[in-house]
Amino acid sequence: MMKFMSGNEAVAYAMKQIDPDVMGAFPITPSTDIPEVFAGYVANGEVNTEYVAVESEHSSMSVCIAAQAAGARAVSATSSCGLALMYELLYVAASSRLPISMACVNRALTGPININNDHSDSMGARDSGWIQLYAENNQEAYDNFIQAMPIGESPAVRLPVMTCMDGFITSHAMENIELLETAAVKAFVGEYRPEHYLLKKDNPLAIGPYDISAYYMEHKVQGAEAMKAAKARILEVAAEFEKVSGRKYGLIEEYRLEDAETAVVLIGSSAGTGKAAVDRLRSQGVKAGLIKIRVFRPFPGEELARALAKTQAVAVLDKSEGFSANGGPVFAETRSALYDLKDRPALVNIVYGLGGRDIRVEDFERVFGRLADIAASGETGPVYVHMGQRSQAQEVMA
Amino acid sequence: MSIRYNQKREAEKQPRLTGGHRMCAGCGAGIVVSGVLRALEPEDRAVVVNATGCVEVSTFMYPYTAYMDSFIHSAFENAAATCSGVEAAYNALKRRGKVDGTVKFITFGGDGGTYDIGFQSLSGAMERGHDMVYVCYDNEAYMNTGVQRSSSTPRFSRTTTSPVGSVQPGKRQQKKDLTEILVAHNIPYVAQTAPIGNFRDLHLKSHKAIYTAGPCFLNILAPCPRGWDYPAAKLADIIKLAVDSCVWPLFEVEEGQWRVTYTPKKKLPVEDYLRSQGRFRHMFQPGNEWMIEEAQQQIDQKWERLLERAGG
Repeated sequence: MMKFMSGNEAVAYAMKQIDPDVMGAFPITPSTDIPEVFAGYVANGEVNTEYVAVESEHSSMSVCIAAQAAGARAVSATSSCGLALMYELLYVAASSRLPISMACVNRALTGPININNDHSDSMGARDSGWIQLYAENNQEAYDNFIQAMPIGESPAVRLPVMTCMDGFITSHAMENIELLETAAVKAFVGEYRPEHYLLKKDNPLAIGPYDISAYYMEHKVQGAEAMKAAKARILEVAAEFEKVSGRKYGLIEEYRLEDAETAVVLIGSSAGTGKAAVDRLRSQGVKAGLIKIRVFRPFPGEELARALAKTQAVAVLDKSEGFSANGGPVFAETRSALYDLKDRPALVNIVYGLGGRDIRVEDFERVFGRLADIAASGETGPVYVHMGQRSQAQEVMA
Repeated sequence: MSIRYNQKREAEKQPRLTGGHRMCAGCGAGIVVSGVLRALEPEDRAVVVNATGCVEVSTFMYPYTAYMDSFIHSAFENAAATCSGVEAAYNALKRRGKVDGTVKFITFGGDGGTYDIGFQSLSGAMERGHDMVYVCYDNEAYMNTGVQRSSSTPRFSRTTTSPVGSVQPGKRQQKKDLTEILVAHNIPYVAQTAPIGNFRDLHLKSHKAIYTAGPCFLNILAPCPRGWDYPAAKLADIIKLAVDSCVWPLFEVEEGQWRVTYTPKKKLPVEDYLRSQGRFRHMFQPGNEWMIEEAQQQIDQKWERLLERAGG
């Protein structure tokens, strides 16, 4: 069934089709539509969900943690400072191995306040133990949310899943998307059957201990192992999803990469713009390619290394500033992933799009222009730069 | 109060908080928790929720739990929100026929986790109307981190962040009246109690709170031998002094109706209470008589106001 929907509506609709037990709901731009649209389903009796309209995101994540621990399926949605306010609890959710599903509608973190898109919110949570899936468009936002529970609830994984989409660009723009039938979604997601939970009769459970040094490390190692196991599970779920939807998903998406000499690596909605630039360059005979990272946690290091092994120069585009003075987070991890290659491509990091700054096809062409220079000269030049500033004089892309 | 109290029968019940937990000798919090949980009917299950604090780290140190019931702790400032999540799950799963039987939801937080950092979470949960009991075990400072002042610490009390110095008389500010703030939430039942005497007051109020539908709040005095500086064996005496001096009056507010549940035969001077604890020792130094006078005035005013509210 084809429907014209915003990214937020698509996720709210996926939630409706799943009909979760509990939703922790708190508004924050640009994710507000999700709890708002869902509240309409609740008001009309279209879902059987216990809708808990809390007084903060901190409480909404607390409600999700407790509800999931109690044996229920819990969902939420947030953005930016809302995710930041949940920060300590993201670790609690992951370490308690509670497969909560949450939509993160990416928005710049305050300082100063800005409501537009970048990835600083979810990148700040990248080491919290949550699986992170990123969508390029509305269709992927919908598809990723439906895949979240089968991934997170799998016994080998048991981790919370954050499905991310770009604020306004994806969350508010309307697109035609293909929806699955509700019965198909319900069958795909299945029933939640936890082994142990607070409300289980005749077998009380205690969750959230004071974990002393004699035990804490083992629990962290278990989490790390679960994150490693998640890779295979994500691919398994993608394969099952392809059977019901006809749409193919992986850890990364490779675009015209087979014989590419230069390539960009990025996350989210900018991939569409990047693909248009690749097409334009290809029509001019330039061997350009693109990799979109769909799954950032677990990080697809081996897959990236394999995909980029034959390239000569690669630009990693970060839509968040890491303040490491050494490049953004996507760059740091991609460069590390490529270290073991025998012949590594030259790598540069381009931070772009902060606080909603636009990126156009022409910007990608400048990036590929620079990569061509690097490939031809063997000189990498400045490694870590910011593209799209008000004054292009400060840039080194030309 | 409708139900009969039989101390012997209550004491013979299987405890819900077992011995062997790691709370200090002479601590009030342990007897508060076991006393409240004893008010559960034996056939009912409960999920116990804790804010981070003394009770939590002493009763659930991996891999041992002191609770016979299910238990969850998640963080310091979110105990009430956590309890609302468990209650929401119960409602949802009950509607879908996935759980049966009666389950009660009881949260314990210290004054730090209740008056201060967990205040917003508590207010939100009470306003939303979850069927739960929130119990504050009030030991009047951040004891788990080593006796720092909270908004519950009484004026003049010595803590490590309100020390007594040459220009500072201990804590400068008055104790926040949290019980009254909870009354202002217009919830079905709010009470203040203490583990005193044969525990009748604590038991009956706990039972009422647990078996009244909707959000209920209990504020329970829980002296701390480390922070208050008294010998462990003096716990019961100190609670009695707090109640008989009207420093900690016992009362309840049911559907907006105030009722004093204990009136001392002879109201003791606050001085007797203050003298029992090292945290007030400086108030007895020559030249500091004004502190004791001020404390007495404050207690008298609050007691008078309580009596007025309860209709004399």
